[in-house]
Amino acid sequence: MANRITLEVTRYNPAHDEKPRPDTYEVPLRKEWVVLDALNYIKDHLDGSLSFRWSCRMGVCGSCGMMVNGVPKLTCATFLSDYAPGPVRVEPMSHFPVLRDLVVDTSDFLVKLAKSKPWIIRKVEKPLNEEYFQTPEQMDAYKQFSMCINCMLCYAACPVYGLDPLFSGPAAIALAQRYNLDSRDQGASDRLDILSHHEGIWGCTFVGECTQVCPKNVDPAAAIQQYKLTATMEWLKALVLPRGAE
Amino acid sequence: MNNPTEYLPRSYHTRVSTYWWLARWPYVKFILREASSVFVAWIVVVTLLQIRALTRGPADYAELQNWLRSPLLLTLNAVSLAFVIFHAVTWFNLAPKAMVIRLRGKRLSSLAIAAPNYVAWVVISAAIAWILLRG
Repeated sequence: MANRITLEVTRYNPAHDEKPRPDTYEVPLRKEWVVLDALNYIKDHLDGSLSFRWSCRMGVCGSCGMMVNGVPKLTCATFLSDYAPGPVRVEPMSHFPVLRDLVVDTSDFLVKLAKSKPWIIRKVEKPLNEEYFQTPEQMDAYKQFSMCINCMLCYAACPVYGLDPLFSGPAAIALAQRYNLDSRDQGASDRLDILSHHEGIWGCTFVGECTQVCPKNVDPAAAIQQYKLTATMEWLKALVLPRGAE
Repeated sequence: MNNPTEYLPRSYHTRVSTYWWLARWPYVKFILREASSVFVAWIVVVTLLQIRALTRGPADYAELQNWLRSPLLLTLNAVSLAFVIFHAVTWFNLAPKAMVIRLRGKRLSSLAIAAPNYVAWVVISAAIAWILLRG
């Protein structure tokens, strides 16, 4: 294995750059190094002005998402050696406005996330001394979707979101589904209005790349297709029983 | 609601290229899958033309058969068949994504949901082939 590898890193300073440009750095290629280690090496030894987000460096916080050779990746879980002999292209996540270098503006996602009401909604609260029991099967129904770490790699992979920024996007819908499927939740009808419209689930054309790039195997594409089925059944129910099924 | 980026510094917005789907193979595959609907529509048109010719009598049907034997139509229909098969396979593979079926508390595997679709496809195709080829 060659002991050095070249990184092409996107640089952008909003104060004096018209648009982002690639800059080249040569870093040591070590077997145990991930792309994030290489970026930290650049920041510590080659150019201290390089900006990027990271925190836990163990695939939990979801901060270090970037495009590595054009594919959305958590850079803390992407080994440099897999890209040898290089060069490795590191760019900010696609479809998000770039604030500086590899840092993107995630406000749009946060607004959409809140709109999908990702919390347990109760129409009737139990007294404080009573618990909300759940069987392992009931937990199994939503557990996969609850693994989302809000890293937004699915948004960077989704061409629908790139072309139509109004689209709610994979993670927000998967998280809505996570609460819809929770036996303790009673807010499914509140979320239906928000998600069952053109910019919600029906905007999805099932490219499926959100699921492919998800580092936590959440499978947002499945969440959206399942929600389409639910929304269709609700629509049918309303058509057949206009005065309500209950 | 206020614009969430109102007080943030200037940012750079990248426009998605018209040719975004050429950037990666999974995107190309997606576009091919979407384009397959055109070929599915073409097969429907051919079937309708065949039904119309059948109702008009043997002479019309023979004429249509002749037209369908031209190299251009043969090529078009061969390509269409490939796309229709691709369309069917991607559709069947979608079924396990959209359907969650639980039996005795356990979720049925993707294979268990997709397999009946494939079996039905083979059985119906075999039945049609038998009807067409037996005499």
